[in-house]
Amino acid sequence: MTAYEAESDVLADPGRAGEPAAPLLEVADLEVSFPSEDGRVRAVRGLSYRVSPGEVLGIVGESGSGKSVSSLAVMGLLPPSARIGGSIRLRGQELLGLSDTELSRIRGRRVAMVFQDPLSALTPVYTVGDQIAEALLVHGGRSTTASTARNRAVELLDLVGIPNAAERVKAFPHEFSGGMRQRAVIAMAIANDPDLIIADEPTTALDVTVQAQVLEVLKTAQEVTGAGIVLITHDLGVVAGTADRVIVMYAGKAVETGTVDEIFATPRMPYTLGLLGSIPRLDVGRGQPLVPIEGQPPSLVALPPGCPFGPRCPLHEPACDAAEPELLPAPGAAPDHRAACIRTGELAAADAEGGELAAELFDAHVVEAEPVDSATRIDREVVLGVDRLVKHYPVRAGGIFRRQVGAVQAVDGVTFDVRAGETLGLVGESGCGKSTTIMEIMGLEPPTGGSIQVLGSQVEGLSRADRKRIRRDLQIVFQDPMASLDPRLPVRDLIAEPMEVQGFDKAHITRRVPELMKLVGLRSEQINRYPGEFSGGQRQRICIARALALEPKVLVLDEPVSALDVSIQAGVLNLLDELKARLGLAYLFVAHDLSVVRHIADRVAVMYLGKIVEIGGVEEVFAAPQHPYTQALLSAIPVPDPEVERRRERILLTGDLPSPANPPSGCRFRTRCQLFATLGADQQQRCIDVEPPRESALPAEPDAPVGAHLPDHDVACHWARIRTVV
Amino acid sequence: MARFLARRLVNYLALCLVATFLAFALAALTFDPVGKLQARNPPPPQATIDAKRAELRLDEPIPQRFVLWLGDAVQGDFGRTVVNQSISEELPRRIGVSLRLFLLGTVVGIGLGVIVGVASAIRQYRFSDYAATFFSFVILSTPVFLLGLLLKYVALELNTAAGAQLLVFTGETTPGFQGGFFEALVDRVQHLVLPTLTIALGQIAYYSRYQRSAMLDVLGSDFLRTAQAKGLTRRKALFKHGLRTALVPMATLFAFGFGLLITGGTFTERIFGWYGMGDWLVYGIEQDDTNITATVTLFVAVLVLVSGWLSDVFYALLDPRVRLR
Ligand SMILES: Nc1ncnc2c1ncn2[C@@H]1O[C@H](COP(=O)(O)OP(=O)(O)O)[C@@H](O)[C@H]1O
Ligand code: SF4
Ligand code: SF4
Ligand SMILES: [Mg+2]
Repeated sequence: MTAYEAESDVLADPGRAGEPAAPLLEVADLEVSFPSEDGRVRAVRGLSYRVSPGEVLGIVGESGSGKSVSSLAVMGLLPPSARIGGSIRLRGQELLGLSDTELSRIRGRRVAMVFQDPLSALTPVYTVGDQIAEALLVHGGRSTTASTARNRAVELLDLVGIPNAAERVKAFPHEFSGGMRQRAVIAMAIANDPDLIIADEPTTALDVTVQAQVLEVLKTAQEVTGAGIVLITHDLGVVAGTADRVIVMYAGKAVETGTVDEIFATPRMPYTLGLLGSIPRLDVGRGQPLVPIEGQPPSLVALPPGCPFGPRCPLHEPACDAAEPELLPAPGAAPDHRAACIRTGELAAADAEGGELAAELFDAHVVEAEPVDSATRIDREVVLGVDRLVKHYPVRAGGIFRRQVGAVQAVDGVTFDVRAGETLGLVGESGCGKSTTIMEIMGLEPPTGGSIQVLGSQVEGLSRADRKRIRRDLQIVFQDPMASLDPRLPVRDLIAEPMEVQGFDKAHITRRVPELMKLVGLRSEQINRYPGEFSGGQRQRICIARALALEPKVLVLDEPVSALDVSIQAGVLNLLDELKARLGLAYLFVAHDLSVVRHIADRVAVMYLGKIVEIGGVEEVFAAPQHPYTQALLSAIPVPDPEVERRRERILLTGDLPSPANPPSGCRFRTRCQLFATLGADQQQRCIDVEPPRESALPAEPDAPVGAHLPDHDVACHWARIRTVV
Repeated sequence: MARFLARRLVNYLALCLVATFLAFALAALTFDPVGKLQARNPPPPQATIDAKRAELRLDEPIPQRFVLWLGDAVQGDFGRTVVNQSISEELPRRIGVSLRLFLLGTVVGIGLGVIVGVASAIRQYRFSDYAATFFSFVILSTPVFLLGLLLKYVALELNTAAGAQLLVFTGETTPGFQGGFFEALVDRVQHLVLPTLTIALGQIAYYSRYQRSAMLDVLGSDFLRTAQAKGLTRRKALFKHGLRTALVPMATLFAFGFGLLITGGTFTERIFGWYGMGDWLVYGIEQDDTNITATVTLFVAVLVLVSGWLSDVFYALLDPRVRLR
């Protein structure tokens, strides 16, 4: 089963003298492999790192780079099929080779772990309180009784910010929202005051506002326990704001490590550089060239010799293939800044800011497009418009006679329009009605309330033929490319399908398919391949090609990049930018990631509980958000720049999204509104009683004339005021 | 919750009545109890036949007969057989026999089925998993009477080898058996082993398959990992968190399985000469006896009702997501 290979005593290594004598965790030359049909998958290949007490170590890397596997190895929670080698020491004690019983005494008491998916992390059949108490009872010894454990569970829940903890401790996991469950898992992790907490993508499954809350809780947890933290994430923004040191992993190895400032300011390995350049930044916007890293990570079975990043590296030269570069101190950098690249010296010499250097190296450029002139907006054709759109889902109860007891107000009076050649970003937390809105639009059926207008026609009066014609001009791309592509059809058929449905002749289709593939950056030799043979980013390109087959005028994009790794995401975003410029498309771009929206959209509409709370040009809204919710949303998004992050003050929203079946009276946001809390009683009363109408926003300049309004920036708040948060 | 269970109970009762009525009507339509009487040589006088017809209410419309029978049945009188024996007197004895047979078989079947299923899941793709899978499929695809006969054969060989009557394969007890309590117990056990095995083997095969897949679902689950990350050993996490969750979907299966066993056990009763409910049903059909058929059907329906309702209760007890509705 588990092969434990004895290792030389790393602590005695003279080369590492001068560092703190007893690190909390010391991982040395960790190797993990799994059997597979094609051979052994070497998921982790010689990973070494240390964590000092109280330190936050961030581990970043694309999915599949071995982040989770290496941390599960520390916990001793890998499946029995895994073969593990190297050494993992906790305060000098070797963990590899310990039996399950011995490890169980360490797990939860000295090392605790928080997992990615809070929805499935708790046992559904026990109460949250019992599960937290269990963590105390297994380690507590005789002095811990069931009742002291239960009382402590209440304290812990309170500590992680669950309101009314004494009551909620009796709740079952399904009665908790995702954010609350993650708090409960954190409560469990800190129950025994551990020395080390490993958090594996603890916020990836959560909305940004909840992510900000959970990161804050994690910070509190660390302050309370003084534990060292290993924070695994693929979000460089999260790392920038929380970590002290960073490890960048690629193909099962550390390719760069250093302090967070060093890594972000002066990356010394092309991969890190590319990664940093690939993230759209909330504080930069349109002008930022996004660095796409072409290709995909190598297969971990039978890796060729040489630098694993070689095939994707712009600096690749023949010498790179000779041997895998070692993780060595980077020249001209702080002593503990190491990089695994033979050309790192040249990177150091190229004296430029990280972002620009990346753009230069990877040859990324801003897509040149006619700027969409907001002044002429009124004159452009409305290609897609919804007016006071309403969609309520009935809530039913009872056994046989299911009577309607209420309605989920998924969309409740949404108005916006998309004009020719522009991109409207629709943003908001999950459950706020984004998907319902676009489903209503795509359905081309008369809505429950309000109206929908597509390319000049109201959907109410459409005949079947009209509808078919409009379907050609209005296409959609979904979040999960694998789910929307039939795995049994080759790319040719997938792309040809919409044209066949519309009755195009064979010759036209045969000519068009390779054209479309080229358009989205796929090679036409791949025409006979099946979706399973493509990477996530390529599959999304196939979906885009398919959506473009009928030369639509409007493309609805439902979270098109949120399932992709950042380096891949950049490529797809660039493609979308380019297609828009070349084909003059209009996009309705639905996303929860505001950085992406800032990069790609001309206008943005922020939704909350079925309503639009703020809408306007991206520059105005992002630079001077007026609605408290927009401010909170923007402030919750981490910026991948440690310096900026340190300066930023985060607006933390309280609680979760209320149920859309029973929204608060007056302003729907009032239960979580940070501005509301600062208002006087009579002002608050207005928020409670009167639903704020959507009105033109006031200009940002303090010296603007009284009564002046921004023509194209609406906000729905009684007490809207500008607050800069980015 | 209580209201939910009460409502379910009412639904089940209605289903019971429907099932019994259908069985009654079908039996009354197809059975010809006086036919045998007429076929006698010499034929009995017409008056005797008419009396029998009247006694069995053969000339009344079927719904009316059903209502009359049901009216009596509710008061504990299930009518008389064609040969004029009281069904109500025979019923408790028959039920006793069946329950003695099936309770044990079911308890063993469920217990071992769960254990085998869990063990297979934990040792997935190892030899023991393949072996369990193989035997399950063999047993599931073997008809019960064949299985019973095979077991009989094995027992015979065993007895011959041991040179003594270790396992007995007819009846519940040795007729005319004399002896103290302990000897009587041994005698009963000797009779019980084979039919119990026949019943249990099928159930083990059936439940272990379901338990295996329920357990596999749970084995890869995040909450099991969380439990271990808290400091539970793998074994403890498996049982306290894994098995507990994997049992939820099994509750319904167990409950209904038991309800339907009684009829499914007909072969077992016949092969091993146990005069229980299953045997009685076959007997009733052979004798063209509507009352016996209806009574057994009602009994099975009530049993299914109770199991169905119990499964609701179990489910509610096991799964908080249901309980809170
Ligand atoms: N139980 C397993 N069996 C086989 N391969 C696995 C197993 N778990 C992970 N892997 C493989 O190990 C590699 C690293 O995975 P992982 O650590 O989960 O990546 P990350 O957390 O960085 O996204 C991947 O190629 C993955 O397919
Ligand atoms: S070693 Fe060569 S291929 Fe690898 S990252 Fe450095 S320059 Fe690129
Ligand atoms: S109307 Fe009141 S509660 Fe609503 S956002 Fe404005 S200040 Fe907050
Ligand atoms: Mg992972």
